[in-house]
Amino acid sequence: MSMNVIETSGLSKRYGSTWALHECALAIPAGHVAALVGPNGAGKTTLLNLAVGMLAPTTGTIEVLGGRPAGSPAALDGIAFVAQDTPLYKNLSAADMLHLTRNLNHRFDQAYAQARLAELGIPLKRKTGKLSGGQQAQLALTLALARRPRLLLLDEPVAMLDPVARHDFMATVLTAMADEGVSVVLSSHVLAELERVADYLILLSRGRVQVAGEVDDLLASHLVLTGPAAEAGRYAERPVVHVRRGEAQAHLLVRASADDPVPPGWEAHPVGLEELVLAYLREPHAAALPGPARGRALPFEIGEPTEVTR
Amino acid sequence: MTALTVPARPEPDASLRPVPWRRMAWVTWRQHRFALGGVAALLGALAVYLWLAGLHLHHAYAVAAACRPTTSDACAMMFSNINGPGTEVIPVLLQAVPALIGAFVGAPVLARELETGTFRYAWTQGFGRWRWALAKLVPLAVVVTAAAGAFSVLFSWYFEPFFADGWQIPFGPIVFDLRGDAFAAWTLAAFAIGALAGMLIRRVVPAIAATLAAYAGLALAAGLYLRQHYLTPLLTTNPNVSGYAWTNPNVSGSPWIIGQWWTKGGKPVSESVISQVLQKGAPQLSPKGGVPQSPDVTQYLMQHGYTLWTSYQPGSRFWPFQWIEGGWLLALSVLLIAATIWLVRRRPA
Repeated sequence: MSMNVIETSGLSKRYGSTWALHECALAIPAGHVAALVGPNGAGKTTLLNLAVGMLAPTTGTIEVLGGRPAGSPAALDGIAFVAQDTPLYKNLSAADMLHLTRNLNHRFDQAYAQARLAELGIPLKRKTGKLSGGQQAQLALTLALARRPRLLLLDEPVAMLDPVARHDFMATVLTAMADEGVSVVLSSHVLAELERVADYLILLSRGRVQVAGEVDDLLASHLVLTGPAAEAGRYAERPVVHVRRGEAQAHLLVRASADDPVPPGWEAHPVGLEELVLAYLREPHAAALPGPARGRALPFEIGEPTEVTR
Repeated sequence: MTALTVPARPEPDASLRPVPWRRMAWVTWRQHRFALGGVAALLGALAVYLWLAGLHLHHAYAVAAACRPTTSDACAMMFSNINGPGTEVIPVLLQAVPALIGAFVGAPVLARELETGTFRYAWTQGFGRWRWALAKLVPLAVVVTAAAGAFSVLFSWYFEPFFADGWQIPFGPIVFDLRGDAFAAWTLAAFAIGALAGMLIRRVVPAIAATLAAYAGLALAAGLYLRQHYLTPLLTTNPNVSGYAWTNPNVSGSPWIIGQWWTKGGKPVSESVISQVLQKGAPQLSPKGGVPQSPDVTQYLMQHGYTLWTSYQPGSRFWPFQWIEGGWLLALSVLLIAATIWLVRRRPA
């Protein structure tokens, strides 16, 4: 698939005097589970709310599924959104929520929804307020998926869930993705979970896009170099994203591929997604962004790394 | 996880029509049936009470009206027994009904969604957010307005005896907006105020409080300042036409006296001058200060060249006034509901 599910240009959103998002240029291709990560206040929820039309941009543009967010019946139909804390009507039963969602949408696959809830052991007659946090999240996700969206947006879907519920929730997302090719964009704090589900990463920091790209590309273009701490400061052959110093050794996250030569006395290791994300989170000025032609690995903008002593 | 396949995704259709309006009927009913049930219970209980009390009242009135001779003490006693304290309290209590409907049905419609966060669910469904707001507010407004309208018909019937003998004038500040179309219009306005307050305040309890306050302010302003200006008051110097008819228990359809003042030789005379004139010329007529209000005093002053001017709204203007009040309240309500829907559509959430 060639189209982008979300495409933004110069997208900014200001609340009072603070910019929640500033000059965001993003192109999230279809067919991915894209993870939106970043510290609190980085603009993750703002970006998702702009994508579902709950907010209007201050400046710039955002296109979702090739059109204005919530701009037409077809646009409303194609996007399903599960907001933070998975809001449901607490005084309605699960069955009522299905009925409600069926009435509010063109398509609603009642049989699928009921089968899923049965499989999850969620009683249809119970009020949603009496369901566990995991069950509420699963119900909200089921309501969204039964609409058969082309794009599923999830805002911190697993933040409140225990590890088992978190695992089950993500399994449902992955099944939907694999079976149908629903594109997914989810924001999350839970980095460990992302490694398993996300194949596209967007890292937001202070309202700006810091890192964006396919996870495989990002992992292939970064290495961790381990070597004598004393030499860490002199290492300048490749752009350094982040320096982590130990007693004797320093760990450098650098932009490099496995084919690049390793300096004498240093060892190269592949980097994990969690480690990569953490390194960029600690270095808000470092950036890894695709150039104008999407999918190209270079050029990357590299900021000045600051040293972190451990 | 067992593999439960998600059904095949249909192709996007650019010519897709909006989700039909009728689908929202169930949603609105399901989510607001308790509020509507509360309105039905409140108005129903009051209606049963008014009906029973009304039967009793109409019977007692018929008996008293048949009493002969009409000027006897026994007959007067019968009338005064009808006009008991309970019948004066009821209209005052009914004044609160539109406010309660506005506060407890109107205010939570949006405030509850915003307070609990469910608006993020509701406004991102295929129905669309401003259409969702319209499909909730308009049917609810129509239903509560119709219920209030039906109720005011019952109240009019209940209150007939009080107008028949002029114990109450139709313009009485307590009863004017309980009859005709005004009661329905005030209920609609209270609902619209509640809906907008809920959207602006985004919390149920403060929105309810604000609705009650705004409604009370508007009702007071209308009763005290606005209503008398709906049509230019008539002026008369005939003390019998205008005169004190509202204290006269035997004239039905009495006018609403807006103001009275004296002139002499075309120039206005202040109340203190009138008092002095009366104290000098006719001390036996003058009570303790102020302008004495009795036919004798009026006659005395007129004989001495003073003219009593009265501005008033004749009783025949009751229906024009009802339509004027209903009209501006309807316009206000439409405006408030439109503003609410506009905010739902445009306001950052």
